Amino acid sequence: MKLGTPKETFAGEARVAMTPDSARQLQKLGYDCAIESGAGAAAGFSDALYADAGVEVIDGAADLWKAVDIVAKVREPDEAELTYLEAGKTLISFFNPAGNEAGMEAAKTAGANVIAMEMVPRISRAQKMDALSSMANIAGYRAVIEAGNNFGRFFTGQVTAAGKVPPAKVLVVGAGVAGLAAIGTSTSLGAITYAFDVRPEVAEQVESMGAEFVYLDFDEEQQDGAATGGYASVQSEEFRNAQLAKFREIAPEIDIVITTALIPNRPAPKLWLEDMVQAMKPGSVIIDLAAERGGNAEGTVKDEKIVTDNGVTIVGYTDFPSRMATQSSNLYATNIRHMMTDLTPEKDGTVNHNMEDDVIRGATVTHEGEITFPPPPPKVAAIAAKPKEVVPELTPEEKRAQEVAEFKAQTKQQVTLLAVGAALLLGVGLIAPASFMQHFIVFVLSIFIGFQVIWNVSHSLHTPLMAVTNAISSIIILGALMQIGSGSWLVILLGALSVFMAGINIFGGFLVTRRMLAMFQKS
Amino acid sequence: MEYGFTTAAYVVAAVLFILSLGGLSGQESAKRAVWYGMVGMALAVFATLIGPGSGLWVLSVLLIAGGGLIGYMLASKVEMTQMPELVAGMHALVGLAAVFVGLNAHIELGRVLLMDDSAKKTLEGFAALLAKKDGVEIGILRVELFLGVFIGAVTFTGSVVAYGKLSGKITSAATKLPGGHLLNIAAAVISIVTLFWYMGSGGFFPLFIMTLAALFIGYHLIMGIGGADMPVVVSMLNSYSGWAAAAIGFSLGNDLLIVVGALVGSSGAILSYIMCKAMNRSFVSVILGGFGGASGPAMEVEGEQIAIDADGVAAALEEADSVVIIPGYGMAVAQAQQNVAELTRRLRAKGKNVRFAIHPVAGRLPGHMNVLLAEAKVPYDIVLEMEEINDDFPETDVAIVIGSNDIVNPAAQEDPNSPIAGMPVLECWKAKQVFVSKRGQGTGYSGIENPLFYKENTRMFYGDAKASLDSLLTMIS
Repeated sequence: MKLGTPKETFAGEARVAMTPDSARQLQKLGYDCAIESGAGAAAGFSDALYADAGVEVIDGAADLWKAVDIVAKVREPDEAELTYLEAGKTLISFFNPAGNEAGMEAAKTAGANVIAMEMVPRISRAQKMDALSSMANIAGYRAVIEAGNNFGRFFTGQVTAAGKVPPAKVLVVGAGVAGLAAIGTSTSLGAITYAFDVRPEVAEQVESMGAEFVYLDFDEEQQDGAATGGYASVQSEEFRNAQLAKFREIAPEIDIVITTALIPNRPAPKLWLEDMVQAMKPGSVIIDLAAERGGNAEGTVKDEKIVTDNGVTIVGYTDFPSRMATQSSNLYATNIRHMMTDLTPEKDGTVNHNMEDDVIRGATVTHEGEITFPPPPPKVAAIAAKPKEVVPELTPEEKRAQEVAEFKAQTKQQVTLLAVGAALLLGVGLIAPASFMQHFIVFVLSIFIGFQVIWNVSHSLHTPLMAVTNAISSIIILGALMQIGSGSWLVILLGALSVFMAGINIFGGFLVTRRMLAMFQKS
Repeated sequence: MEYGFTTAAYVVAAVLFILSLGGLSGQESAKRAVWYGMVGMALAVFATLIGPGSGLWVLSVLLIAGGGLIGYMLASKVEMTQMPELVAGMHALVGLAAVFVGLNAHIELGRVLLMDDSAKKTLEGFAALLAKKDGVEIGILRVELFLGVFIGAVTFTGSVVAYGKLSGKITSAATKLPGGHLLNIAAAVISIVTLFWYMGSGGFFPLFIMTLAALFIGYHLIMGIGGADMPVVVSMLNSYSGWAAAAIGFSLGNDLLIVVGALVGSSGAILSYIMCKAMNRSFVSVILGGFGGASGPAMEVEGEQIAIDADGVAAALEEADSVVIIPGYGMAVAQAQQNVAELTRRLRAKGKNVRFAIHPVAGRLPGHMNVLLAEAKVPYDIVLEMEEINDDFPETDVAIVIGSNDIVNPAAQEDPNSPIAGMPVLECWKAKQVFVSKRGQGTGYSGIENPLFYKENTRMFYGDAKASLDSLLTMIS
């Protein structure tokens, strides 16, 4: 089958879904590759480079779409491109299925199969084709570079002959893939980096990247992002207020804010309000990576860079990956190539669209004339298998009540045991003669002492305990000693054997215990 | 003749024995406590020899000396890895002695009952005691010695089998004769029937039949229990040997035997309870062998086992600040405790915080790992129990698992369908990095898949534990 990539039609889009390198790999899978003339030019890949890699260069989008069976591209198809779809063709690209009803209808009517790259499930096996993550990584990096470009100072603090330069303070809001990439870039440039996320469990990741996690003074149970496939979800009003209060408190000190907070299928939450922008020093920079969905900061203008009255620059670009087209094309093309590898288990150049496979099923939005979006939840749970059990903090009253109840239950149990035990003893006493009862009392008391004493034995001394109890259980030698003086030869023989065996045990048991105990040393 | 002095000596001996067990609550006091036990035993034997056991005392002393010599040689030669076998073997001796003493009591009783009153008056020692008993007391005596022989016989064969399994002379897998537990039940029923028969007739034959049945129960019960459950078995046999002594004590009317038997019996029972608790299984299910049936399919394990070589482990250890080592039976099998100790010394010399985490059922004997590490001169204050260290794993840089499997299996917490669901385990996977030293891929004794080996922060360090650590030690100076 033939796999082709057209030139991106979206204005300003510089990425391309196939690189000469990825084409070579695709050919190994058995595919013929084709590319529209000039498709890679903006990303730094000339037609000649493609031709060298054995890729057929086709002029014009219409001809390309007609010539190939599988189309791989970056942006969601525009109206013209949708008309090229037909039965038997497979399209692999970003598709925005949740907001692109018309596109899915068109694909369905045409009978084409569409795999939406943003729908790849977030499971370990699918990481290699997770284009959202690879693009977010670039966006996070680029956001810091863009901020530096608009920020008039060093990131790192320096003491020079010409004066002291304080380090820049960077706040990253949202510690997803983009946020973590931004944190890494920012700390490696030398800035003091703070990070915030609604999912407290990412604090560790944040700290591992060298940033300081901003904790809220907020007690209510915070939700665990693992339950939603690693994405954040909507917060309660109280939580939001606590969060805004914290931001308001630190806003005057922060030089650069990078916001990456997105909730799937919702407008971006407003986290950096007008008064916080006003509180920032002139020359500060806000990079709003959520501008595509309205922005996290108030005042963000999509695709533009504005400067507020108090001299704060707000960057609302939405094409950060495209601004690093070569890098992002390489990564995206690799994601596509991995997707094709999964679609071609036989490596025979034909697509096996296996709807049983979690990853392929999840990413497919139309298949054989049917809309298959939204997909069922994947069989394999994402990142964490199940939410951690949260033990609710008890109030002092509840605690006391619990203790009282526990105490009562314990008392009840003990009293019942004692009553049963006493009844049994009395029962025995009724039938047994006095001489037996004397011994029986000794027996019961000894068991009692045994239980009290043994519970205190340290776990690490259990082996010596066994050896020493073994040695003292040779007390049976007393019985043998008493019998050995009997008149019967058989009794003497058996008694003698018992004395002998018990003798082994006494010496063996005590000596080995002593040997063991002597080994235990304090450091 | 009343033996006032002997009784007084018994009281002192009993107190010394209690102190001896109580002293085991701490490592330092334990060193003193073992002397209490020895003095108590010496006193008890001496008091008996000059009192009720004075008949043929020269022979007795010679036999004790002979047995003592063998015991001394055993104790000084045994390897610490062989402790489980030694303990099991010594239980067998106590069990057999209990059987003999019980049979003796039966024979003496028969002899005394045949005598006329005038002859009875000339008796001394144990026989004199028997002569004084009336009808009901003799009935009770028979039950007591019957019980003593029964428990002693079960302990004897059980311990012999346990010894064989622990020393590798018998396969450690759980094997049962066709018929399974029905055979045990049948043998138990036979024993109960013979008890009533014996009560009625007082003859030797029913006692003999019961002894055979009990010997069979001991053999078959322990054959049906697998190697990893041995800690429970050994402590259970420990308990039995105590109860056997107590039952014999009743039949001989000797309070010291009763006291010590009860102490040992309860000690073994508590140990068994602690072991079962640590495996989250009931005592009955351990004794009946095998795991309880799983309630559904086990969770699928995602991912792959990633191997690492000694270089990688050494590099990670160089960088780590805190290290936790989790030893298991595999360490004992490979005799790797000296290497582990050497590794610990070197890492500690570099100022790293190295600690050991011991699961209650690690090894084949309660506290087995502690003894092995102590032998290798690992200071006991860095050897911690599960509860003490489990919360520290998230702050641990490197956790090294050496030869343990089920006790670090996260399935116990994550997978409700796992056969070991609910068993408390060491949460080593919370450490930043986990190295597992293991002979090869495979599931180990219990046959349970261990998701730990597939975790992203786990690296498998394949090979014999001792050889692996040897190569590791060459890289860490």
